[in-house]
Amino acid sequence: MNSGLLLLALLLLPMVGAAVVAPLGAATARVVALGFSLASLALTVVVWFAYLGARSESRFALELSVPWIPAFGTSFALGIDGIALVMLGLIAVLVPIVMLFSWEEKLPEGRSVAGFFALLLATQSLLVGVFAATDVFLFYVFFEAMLVPMYFMIGRFGGPRRQYAAVKFFLYSLLGGLIMLASVIGLFVVSGTELGAGTFTWVELQRMAAGVDETTQIWLFLGFFLAFAIKAPLVPFHTWLPDAGAEAPVGAGVLLVGVLDKVGTFGFLRYCLPLFPLASQRLAPLVLTLAVIGVLYGALLAVGQTDMKRFVAYTSIAHFGFIALGIFSFSSQAFAGATLYMVNHGISTGMLFIVVGLLIARGGSRLIGDYGGVHKLAPLLAGSFLIAGLSSLALPGTNSFVSEFLVLVGSYPRQPVFTILATVGIIFAALYVLWVYQQVMQGPVRGAAVLAAVSTSGPGTMLDPSVEAARGGSSGFPDLSRREIAVVTPLIVLILVLGFFPGPVLDVITPSVVATMNEVGLADPVGGFAP
Amino acid sequence: MTYEVPTTLAQAIEPPAIDYAAIMPLLVVLGTACVGVLIEAFLPRHQRWPAQVALSVAGIAVAGLTLGLYAGGAGAEGVLTLAGAVAVDRPTLFMWGALLALGLASVLLIADRSVEPGGAFISSAVARAAAGGGPGTSGTAADDRDYGSPDQAPTMQTEVFPFAFFALGGMMAFVSANDLLTMFIALEVLSLPLYLMCGLARRRRLLSQEAAVKYFLLGAFASAFFLYGLALIYGYAGSVRFSDIAEASVGSARSDALLFAGLALLVVGLMFKASVGPFHTWTPDVYQGAPTPVTAFMAACTKVAAFGGILRVLHEAFGDTRWEWRGVLWAVAIASMVIGAVIGLTQTDIKRMVAYSSVAHAGFLLLGAMAITPEGISGTLFYLLAYGFNTIAIFAVISLVRDADGEASHLSQWAGLAKRSPVAAYTMAFLLLGLAGIPLTSGFTAKFAVFSAALADGMAPLVVIALIASAIAAFFYLRVIVLMFFNEPAPDGPAVTIPGAFTTAAITLGVLFTLLLGILPTPALEWAAGGVFVS
Repeated sequence: MNSGLLLLALLLLPMVGAAVVAPLGAATARVVALGFSLASLALTVVVWFAYLGARSESRFALELSVPWIPAFGTSFALGIDGIALVMLGLIAVLVPIVMLFSWEEKLPEGRSVAGFFALLLATQSLLVGVFAATDVFLFYVFFEAMLVPMYFMIGRFGGPRRQYAAVKFFLYSLLGGLIMLASVIGLFVVSGTELGAGTFTWVELQRMAAGVDETTQIWLFLGFFLAFAIKAPLVPFHTWLPDAGAEAPVGAGVLLVGVLDKVGTFGFLRYCLPLFPLASQRLAPLVLTLAVIGVLYGALLAVGQTDMKRFVAYTSIAHFGFIALGIFSFSSQAFAGATLYMVNHGISTGMLFIVVGLLIARGGSRLIGDYGGVHKLAPLLAGSFLIAGLSSLALPGTNSFVSEFLVLVGSYPRQPVFTILATVGIIFAALYVLWVYQQVMQGPVRGAAVLAAVSTSGPGTMLDPSVEAARGGSSGFPDLSRREIAVVTPLIVLILVLGFFPGPVLDVITPSVVATMNEVGLADPVGGFAP
Repeated sequence: MTYEVPTTLAQAIEPPAIDYAAIMPLLVVLGTACVGVLIEAFLPRHQRWPAQVALSVAGIAVAGLTLGLYAGGAGAEGVLTLAGAVAVDRPTLFMWGALLALGLASVLLIADRSVEPGGAFISSAVARAAAGGGPGTSGTAADDRDYGSPDQAPTMQTEVFPFAFFALGGMMAFVSANDLLTMFIALEVLSLPLYLMCGLARRRRLLSQEAAVKYFLLGAFASAFFLYGLALIYGYAGSVRFSDIAEASVGSARSDALLFAGLALLVVGLMFKASVGPFHTWTPDVYQGAPTPVTAFMAACTKVAAFGGILRVLHEAFGDTRWEWRGVLWAVAIASMVIGAVIGLTQTDIKRMVAYSSVAHAGFLLLGAMAITPEGISGTLFYLLAYGFNTIAIFAVISLVRDADGEASHLSQWAGLAKRSPVAAYTMAFLLLGLAGIPLTSGFTAKFAVFSAALADGMAPLVVIALIASAIAAFFYLRVIVLMFFNEPAPDGPAVTIPGAFTTAAITLGVLFTLLLGILPTPALEWAAGGVFVS
C-alpha cells in the first residue's frame, strides 16, 4: 500500500463519518460518530508507526502528491513531519474524548445531536488537512474551510451570546486569513519570478526562501504572521478567544482551544520561520514582545475572571505566549519545547475545559462565585480539576513542566531578558489556578449554584446542605458518573505519562525541529540537540 | 499633390466576407428571438408559453452546439469577420459559452410558473382586463389576480422570452465587438429589452415600474456618455477600430486630451452597465424592483457582457497607455469595493444586499480587467463564469422564500429558515459562502485567479484593499447565515415554496458549478486561458 494513502484515509475517514452521521437519529448518531472517531484514532496509531518506520532523508514522510490546479501551480500534496504527527495524535485523542463528554450535552432547543457530532467529525477532518498539507495553497484552503464547521458549532449549539461570539470568531479569523491570502498570492508571484514557474509546493518554496530579499520577505511574513497571530492568539489579536471559548459548547471549546488554536503556532513553525527566515529573525523582537506581554497579560486577566470558561480561555492566552516565545527564540531545544507545549496544552487545557464543563453541567452557572466546597460533594470531580490545574501551572511531574522547562532553557541563551520576564508568568499561573481551585472546590459548601442544585434534590430539601453533604448524600450535585470517569481518565493518564516519560514524543519531534533550525539558517546557541 | 479618385467609388460596393461558422451562435440566438416574436404574434395565448419555453431551450441548445463545434476546431488566435467589426477569438468564445450557460439558467427561472402561480411576470393585458383591472392600474388586488376567469389557468406575458433573447444576442455581440460603433449598437440591443423586462413584475407593480424607469433614464445617460466618448476618440484616432486607436495612441504626437477625455466618457458608460461603483446607483433599486428571474439574468449575464466589453476596450485599444489611466481606475475599483462592502452592511432587503455585493464584486473584477496580461484576461473570464452561476442560484433561492404577499425579501423574514426548510437554508448558506470566497467554492478560486493576476501586474496595495473589502463583505453574508441558522423562526414567517422542475434545475446548475469550479476548476481555467484577444 502506498504509504501516502494513509494520510488521505485519515483525512477522509472523519469527513465520510460526518456525512454518514448527519442524517441519523440522536442515539445512533452518537454511537456511529464515536465509532468513526475511534477508527480515526486507530488509524492515527497506524500512521504513527508508519512514520517511525518511514523516517528518511526527505523533509516529509508518508507523502502523497497529485496535481490539482496546474494554472495556480498547486497540488493536492500531503505529508507529515514529526511536528505535524504529534498534532495529528492530539486531535485523534481529543475527538473521541470530546464526543464521550458531549454524550448527554444539553443542546439548545431544537438542535439535533447528530448535527453536532457531524460537525465535530468535519472539524477533525479539516484539522487533519491543515496539519498534513505540504502545499501552501492546500494549507490555506483547509485553514479557511475549518472555520465553517466551528462557526456552526458555536453559533448553533453555544451559550446565550453565541451569535455574537460565532460571528466575531469567524470575522477575526477570516480577516486574518484574507490578509494571509495576499501573502499566499505574493509568494506565488515571487516564486514565479525566482523559480521560473509559480509553485505552492512547500519544499520548493523553502529552497527558494534564502534567495528572496529581506523587504519582500518581511511583507510576506507579515501577512502570514497576522493570520497566525489571530489564530494563536497573540495578545493584541486575542479578544475573540474569550468570547468564542465562553460561548462555544464545551465539546467544541475543547477542540477550539486544544487544537484549532495550535494551527497558529504550528503555522509560525512550519510557514513563517522556514519560508521567511530573514524576516523572522528581523521581526523576532517584535513577536517576542507580544509573546511576553501575552504571558503576563493573559495571566493577569485570568486572575480577574469571574466566568470559568473565560478563565480557561485567558490561561490559554498566557500559554500561547510561552509557545511563541519558544518558537521565536531560534534554538532547537526551544522549538522542541514549543512543539511539546502545543501537545501538552491541548491535553491539560482540554481537560481543564472538560472539568469546567462537568461543573457547569451540574451547577448550571458559569460564574466562579456561584460555586464553593464542591470537593465535599464531588471529590472525584474536584480531584480532576486539581490535576488539570496543576498540569496547567506546569508542576513537575505533569506533562506541561517538561515543555515549559524546555522552552525556558532553550530560550534563555538567545533571549535572556524575555525569558526572565516570561518566568514571572509561572508565578501568576500558580496564583490563578490555585485561587480558582480554592474558591470553587475548598471550604464549606456554598455558592448559589451548588446550593440550588443540592436543595432541589428531593428528600434532602429540608436539610442544611452542609449537613447533607457530610452524610454523603449529594444527589443534586453528583460526583463523576462512569461515563465521565471514562472521559477524564485517559487525559489524567496522558498528563502523568508525558510528565515522566516525554521521550517517545520528543524523539518524534526532535529531527523535525532540527530540520526547521537548518531551514532558518541559524546555529544552535549552546547545548542544542545537534544531530 | 495629385488628387486620386478613390477606386471604391468607381466599383460596386463589395459585401464583406462573413465567417458564418464563427458567428453562428450569435445568429442562432438573434434568430430565436425573432421566431419568439412571431410566436407572440400568431399563436393563441394558451399555446404561447409551452412554445416559447421549448423554443428558448432549443435555441440555446443549438447555439451551444454550434459554438461547441466551432470552438473545437478554432485556432487559438481567433478570427475577425464582418469587415473586422466582430472578433471571434478565445475570450469571445469563452464569454459566449458563459452567456449561453447563464442564459439557459435564467430562461429556466423565467419559465417557471410553479413558484409564483402563473410565473413571476405580469399577466397579459387581455387577461388583466378580463379580471377587472385596467392595463394602467397597479398594485390592486385584481392586478395580482392571475386568472382571466376562475376556471382559466394562470397566464403570463410571454413576450419576456423574446426580450431575453434579444438581450442575450446583444450581450454576445457586445463582447465580440471589435470597434466602438458595433459595441454601441450592441449596447443598445442588450439594454432596451432589459429596461422593459424590469417593469414586468407581477407583484409590487409600482416598485417594478419605478425600477424600469430609473434604469431606462440612467441607462440612456450612460449610453450618451458612451457615444460622446466614442466621438471624441474618433476625433483623436480617426477610426473606431480598437487596433487603430491603440496604434494612434502610441505613434502620434497629438494632444492626449481628446483620447483620455474620450476614454473617461467611454469608461463611465461601460462601468454603468457593469454596476461598478460610483456608477452603481441604479443597481439596488433595479435589482429590488425587477422580477427576480430578470434580476438573476441581469446580475449574471449583464455582468459578463459589460466586463467582456471593458476587458476588450482596455486591452485592445488602451493596453499601451495603461500607465496613464490606471491611477483613475484604481480609484474607481477602490470606490466600488468599499461602497459595495460598507453600504451592503446596512441593507435590510436581501435583494438590495446582493445588489451591493455585486457592486463589490464588480470592484474585484475590475482588478482583473486592469491587469493587462493573459492571466488578467483568463482570471476575469473565470471570475465572471463563477460569479454568474453563484448569483443566479442565489436569486433563484430568494425567489422561493415567500409569504402571502409574494417574495419575503426583508432580511428579518429569513430568521430561522433552517428550521423550516433545511435544504433551502443549506443551499443558500453554501452559495453565500461562495460569494464570500471561502475555499472549496468557486468564489475562492475566482478571487485567487483575479488577485494573483493583479498582484503580478504590480497592484499589491489594491489586492490588500480588495481582501479587506472581502472580509467586510463577508459580514453581511454571514448575517444572513446567522439569521437562517441561529435564530428562531417568527410564527408568521415566510415559507419556502417547493420549486418546480425549472427552478430546481437552475438552482442545481448554480450550486453544481459553484462547487465544481471551486474544487476542480482546471478545465474552465484552461479554457479561459486558451488565447488572447485578436487584434
